[in-house]
Amino acid sequence: MKYAYYPGCSLESSSRMYDSSLREVFRCLDLELVELEDWNCCGATAYFSVKETVSLAVSARNLALAELSNLDIVAPCSSCFTILLKTHHMLEGNTELSDKINEALGAVGLSYKGTVRVRHPLEVLVNDVGLDKIRKTVKVPLDGFAIAPYYGCQIARGESSFDDSEDPVFMDKLFATLGARLVYFPHKVRCCGGMLMYTWEDIAVRLVTDLMRCAQENGAHLISTTCPMCHANLDLHLKQVRKLYPEAKPMSTYFFTQLLGLALGIPAEKLGFDLNYIPIDQRLKDVIQRTREVSHA
Amino acid sequence: MVQKSPDRNYTPGKLPLRERALRMAFLQRIHDIPGGEKLHRCIQCGTCSGSCPVSWAMDLMPRELIAHFRAGDIETILHSRTIWLCASCYACTERCPQGIRVTDIIYSLKRLAIDSDITLEHDGAHKLPQIFVDIINKYGRNHELGLMMRYYLRTNPLQLLRMASLGLAMMKRRRITFTPPRVEKALKDIRLIIAHAERLEVPKEIFSPEYRPDTVGYRAIDKVSSRSSKSPSTTE
Ligand code: SF4
Ligand code: SF4
Ligand code: SF4
Ligand code: SF4
Repeated sequence: MKYAYYPGCSLESSSRMYDSSLREVFRCLDLELVELEDWNCCGATAYFSVKETVSLAVSARNLALAELSNLDIVAPCSSCFTILLKTHHMLEGNTELSDKINEALGAVGLSYKGTVRVRHPLEVLVNDVGLDKIRKTVKVPLDGFAIAPYYGCQIARGESSFDDSEDPVFMDKLFATLGARLVYFPHKVRCCGGMLMYTWEDIAVRLVTDLMRCAQENGAHLISTTCPMCHANLDLHLKQVRKLYPEAKPMSTYFFTQLLGLALGIPAEKLGFDLNYIPIDQRLKDVIQRTREVSHA
Repeated sequence: MVQKSPDRNYTPGKLPLRERALRMAFLQRIHDIPGGEKLHRCIQCGTCSGSCPVSWAMDLMPRELIAHFRAGDIETILHSRTIWLCASCYACTERCPQGIRVTDIIYSLKRLAIDSDITLEHDGAHKLPQIFVDIINKYGRNHELGLMMRYYLRTNPLQLLRMASLGLAMMKRRRITFTPPRVEKALKDIRLIIAHAERLEVPKEIFSPEYRPDTVGYRAIDKVSSRSSKSPSTTE
């Protein structure tokens, strides 16, 4: 199967391990990703807060490019996924608006007819590949691992309909397939504060503290996430979290693709486990050691 | 606390001119939200406020935004921290029993605040999205370090010092870079698209009251059942 790939800006820098691990996992499962040539930022929540028409046009350029390739577009960043999907839905059935956007896109000879399916890689893995195939491909089961599945606020909400909005289960199912134990994690769709970490740090730190405390008190060894911003917020601010919650352990947060990659036997170096700010924990080191043995065997 | 503008005189039952203008501008901005007219169905249940992860830090609850709109007091909303505190998490939208897209309404309010030059007095939060827009217009993609530096320089330079060691650690891991991203064709194209779209943007200025019918709010209850976008009729 083949998909148009929209990495988004964060996957080029702060969460480049999400990018590398996603590519590795897709390759391992025989899924082809064709990166959209010369994609541009989807505009995120920020552009949409400033200008409506322009931000939709900026975002729609990527959809128009994907439409040319006739492929579904895979967007791993929660924000990109949400904005691309939102753009698609806002233009659908609103001729007045889509005429405007197409007029703007027309300036460079593009147009968007509205035929692209915006997909999240989590959903692609569960629906297109299927848990059965994944189960058969697992080389190093993640047993003994207690994972807090953190979906973040956006991917199950808004226009997205692949999973339950209050209690999504796709990541739970995936990790259960890999042999891990999922801890009770009622904050799975609670917002981490996103960009508030820049604008009102104290407020965002409280949200992050809630998440870390919830994971820790429910016995998680690590948090698995689907979103670059969540990852940054959970990974980089332990010091501030400890002011509110002195017992906070250095709990690592990884992208679900990193953990999946490990279970599939992909060498840890290719998955970017060393890029977190919070140091890697012992239990994970052991699994990484086991993957090494598997790949050498 | 929400600041009130000092020079407002109220005549009960009549909206001041500026408030009228803001109201028209607001209605025009929610026009493109699919199902935007559902705003008039709000039953003030407070589910949105109860679901919001940051309502505890807000000066106006999400529910109160709608109450203020109905009361003819958009200016207070635009001065509130609330609209800039909203993290666009969609919890309110997801749970609203009336199907009101509170998140999208707040997006509209942000744009209206920027267009009307109403900004927060003691915080710089409203500047972040505008800096982001500048960066996208310039490079076509976001440059995380650039965004952070510019934002802190304009709002809280001391924070840059506090972030220095974190920044270095990130740089060591090549998770942030000094150089902005490079896109070749996209940059030219995206600038052209932006220039064109700017001309088609929802106008900043206020328009004649005929421009859009008031399809939301008390006045419109029971009069309008669906969005009448094609044939605007006057409400006065
Ligand atoms: S949402 Fe974030 S990651 Fe996605 S394209 Fe925009 S800035 Fe980049
Ligand atoms: S949880 Fe945070 S980073 Fe993740 S999608 Fe929500 S706001 Fe964005
Ligand atoms: S949840 Fe919906 S109906 Fe209830 S107060 Fe909020 S906007 Fe109104
Ligand atoms: S979208 Fe904004 S207002 Fe709604 S719940 Fe989230 S933060 Fe609160």
